[in-house]
Order: sequence, then structure tokens, then C-alpha cells
Amino acid sequence: MAILETQELTYIYSEGSPFQKTAVDNVNLKIDEGEMVGVMGHTGSGKSTLIQHFNGLLKPTSGRVLLDGEDIWADKKKIRDVRFKVGLVFQYPEYQIFEETVYKDIAFGPKNMGLDEAEIKRRILETAHDLGLKEELLERSPFELSGGQKRRVAIAGVMAMNPRVLILDEPTAGLDPAGRDKILGHIKKYHERTKNTILIVSHSMEDIAGFADRILVMNKSKLFCYDETEKVFARAEEISKIGLDVPQVTKVFMKLKEQGLDFGKDVYTVEYAKKLLLKKLSERGGV
Amino acid sequence: MLKDITIGQYFPGDSIIHRLDPRFKIVITLIYILMLFAGDSIICLGVGAVFTLFAIILSKIPLKMFLKSIKPLLPFLVLTAVFNLVFVKSGEVIFEWKFIEITDEAVSISIFMFVRIILLIMGSSLLTYTTSPITLTDAIERLLSPLKKLKLPVHELAMMMSIALRFIPTLIEETEKIMSAQKARGAEIDSGSFMTRARNMVAILVPLFISSFRRADELATAMECRCYRGGEGRTRLRQLRSAPRDYIALAVSLVFYGVNIAVGIIVK
Repeated sequence: MAILETQELTYIYSEGSPFQKTAVDNVNLKIDEGEMVGVMGHTGSGKSTLIQHFNGLLKPTSGRVLLDGEDIWADKKKIRDVRFKVGLVFQYPEYQIFEETVYKDIAFGPKNMGLDEAEIKRRILETAHDLGLKEELLERSPFELSGGQKRRVAIAGVMAMNPRVLILDEPTAGLDPAGRDKILGHIKKYHERTKNTILIVSHSMEDIAGFADRILVMNKSKLFCYDETEKVFARAEEISKIGLDVPQVTKVFMKLKEQGLDFGKDVYTVEYAKKLLLKKLSERGGV
Repeated sequence: MLKDITIGQYFPGDSIIHRLDPRFKIVITLIYILMLFAGDSIICLGVGAVFTLFAIILSKIPLKMFLKSIKPLLPFLVLTAVFNLVFVKSGEVIFEWKFIEITDEAVSISIFMFVRIILLIMGSSLLTYTTSPITLTDAIERLLSPLKKLKLPVHELAMMMSIALRFIPTLIEETEKIMSAQKARGAEIDSGSFMTRARNMVAILVPLFISSFRRADELATAMECRCYRGGEGRTRLRQLRSAPRDYIALAVSLVFYGVNIAVGIIVK
């Protein structure tokens, strides 16, 4: 069943002023429970605006957002509960850290939920483990940590609320490749343990190609496509035309196809490419 | 809500007012403020209002923007008016209720003050609306430069001012971002009891301070990398040059000032 759904969702910034701009234009989509969804789009494509509707930070200009089939704006007073069910990690979340210790900072969200101390502690230990934060780190000041660690503390702050839907806006922005792989690996682990729905926003397919079940592409405020990963990658050419990066390995295979070497499949991870290549080579008796 | 703040904002344009030499604009604004405070009859204010309206029309900036600049200060305006209304005791009592007595003079004084402050805000908004922060501080630096002889760090003050002005929009944006992030973690900012709200303000102010310090540090490094060493020996890319229109504008405002004084004397 769909956990999140939007119906004709439209959002217009500064309506009625000369700066008026439609950021999200008539978007209809359904996100199923337990899925890992990659959200892609260019800067200014409306993806960040779109995700801020999912937890009620922005109110649609028109259209509806449904959580478990219910309009999240049906009762304004319950909008805070929506934020506990749909967790949102902003871009560069380490800038929202403010407490004296890592433990206290992660506890901010769960405390706002009104959980008791024992439950908060259990959750903090659990998410710290998921994100590879050692226990002795919890009593340190978050401001002494490295950039990557800070980022993980900030993500833990939202994860510890155990939201049924976790949305991460560019969780790997500004990290080196090692830090990127680490964070993505931790998110994957969290997904496997909790089976919660996850949305990851990224402008690079490389990030999400490996493990998203479905990919949602936004272009010029409109929903460009929302489909299973393979089907979206089958349209790699169109996607690179709207200015998004397809994985390098996909580009290589697209070029190979142009030159007459067709593998009949779309390739978007290095592992899969290796498998295909080895198979092809063994067919020719090369290996 | 934070987006409504228009003080210090600049609206690019190409009107006569935009093109005036910023030094003249500052001087004219000062004359204008003096004019508002020197006259004490309604007619003097009327002259001031005509002058303001005249300048606003020339600036081609919609009147709506000026009304918007008053909005955030409205509570203070109303408060001033109420105080004047209640505490001015001279004149004839025209209204009485329990211990409150309102006199006819109190009514005219509070209206007078109200209009005076509104004209003051509109006039000074016109200066910032039509002058980019950089030229504005350039002009202030030039106007204050005689004080350098008194060892006043004029250039440094002007630089500080332009940096402060430059970072107002950045800070507003940053605050909004942090607010959204903390709201996403369930912080009650617009709702909840006073105590929870006060506590949640910490969650906004701490990150804001930290990022401001970080930004200041980065800016200092960037300026040093470009060999910034303060004002000494520094030349300018844009030289301020006065044109005939600047003197005409100054003359016009002096005429208004003169009329105002004359009116004030005649009324008396």
C-alpha cells in the first residue's frame, strides 16, 4: 500500500508578487511502504521543494499530500505528528547541531516526541550503531568531531525518531568518495534493519544507482518520470539530455552500443558491468 | 514572515533618484530629517509629505514597498501614539473614562508624531531602496573622511557597515533553513508554550552563531588572500562624481526646507 501519495500537488513561491515562481507543478505520485526511492533532479528542478511537502514544512498551494491515505493538512494541529512519521534530513545537516554533547543532540528529536529516557537511550545507541558512531563519541562535544562524523550525528538525530519515512536531501554533498560510500552504506544498513521507507535526494545517479528500488526524476518543476530503477536507466539518454549525470559505467556502455557492441541490457553498476563483460568474454572463449 | 523585512533592501532601477550621487542623497536625507523635526505645525509636515511623495514618484518604486517598510514598525508607532494620547495633559479635556483623560492637544500631538515617524521611515527607506549597499557605504566613507584627521578609522567603519549590510539577506536565509531543520525534528517554534519556545530558540541561535563565526572567518581569510590591508593607499574602481542633477536635487530640497521654515514662521 502507498504510504505517501501526492495528488495534483502544486506549489508556487511568492504568489501574486513579481517574483512568483512555480516550484512544483501538478505532481502525482505514490510511494510504497518499505521502498528505497532515489529522487533526482537538477538544481532548481523542484526536488527540494517537493520533499518539504512530505513532512508538512510547506503547505501545497493546491493539491494534497496523503500519508497512509489521509490528508496531512486535514487537521492543522496534527502536523507535528506528521513530522515524527516523516523524518527529513536537510542538506548539510551538520549545521543544525547545537547541543553540548553528541548524545544530547541526537536526543533532541526523540525528546520532542515525548519519549521516556530509557527509550531515548535505546534509540540513540541503536542509531549510533547503525551509523558507525562509537559509544565513547556520544559524550563528546559534536563540534570537536570531523565533518563526516558531524554529518552522521545530524542524520542520527532524525533517524532516532524512527520515522516511517526517512527523507535525506543530498546526504553525501561535499563529502569525499570514501565518506560518501560510508554514509550510503550506513543508510543501506539502517534500511535493512528497520525496513522503513527511504527517499534519497541526489543529483548524481552514481549515488543511488546501486540500491534504489525506484527512481523519481524531477525536471523543470514537473515529474519527469517515476519508475523502477532499471526502467529509468533504460531512458539514460533522455535523462542525460535534461542535464543529469548518468553513472560513468552506463556512459561507457552507451558508447559501446553506439559502436556496435550491444549487451542488450542497461548497465548502471560496476559489478553488473563486470559480470556482463566476463560472460561475453567467456562466450568468445577469451577467459 | 522573515521575508517581510525590507529595511536596508535595495531595489535596482534606473530612475533619476537611483542615479543621484549617493553622497548627495545622504545629505538630502539628513536635510529631510531635520526638516521633519524642525517644523512643529501640521503644515510643515504637509510640505514634508509632498516632498516625500514627489521623490517616491521619481524613484519609480511602487508605493506598496514603502508601506511594507512601515509594517514591521507599526506596533511601536501605535504604542507611541497611545502614550502621547494618554500622557499629554495640556489643552482641553475632550474625553474622560475612569483615570484616563484625553485632551484635544493630545489627539493632535499623537497624530502629528505618528505621521512624522511614518514620513521619517519612508524617506530613509527611499535612500536604501534606491542606493546599493556598496555605494551607500562608499558615500558614507567619503562624507566622513575629514574625520580621518582625528584618527577615526573611517574606512574600517565603512567596511564593517558594508559587510553587515551584505550579510543581512544571507542571515535571514540561514535562519529560515535552520528553523525548518529544527521543525523537522519536532521543535515547536510558532506554537507551544512560552518556555518551550524559548528553549527551542537556543536550537536556532546556537547554529546561527556558529555559522556566522565560520563565515566571518572564511571572509577574513578570503580578504587577506586578496591582500586587503585596510583603507590606506586603496584606490577605487568606481569614483563618485557629482553631476549637475545632484546640485539641482540639493537645491530643490533646500527650497523645500526654506519653504518649510517660512511656513513655520508665518503660522506662528
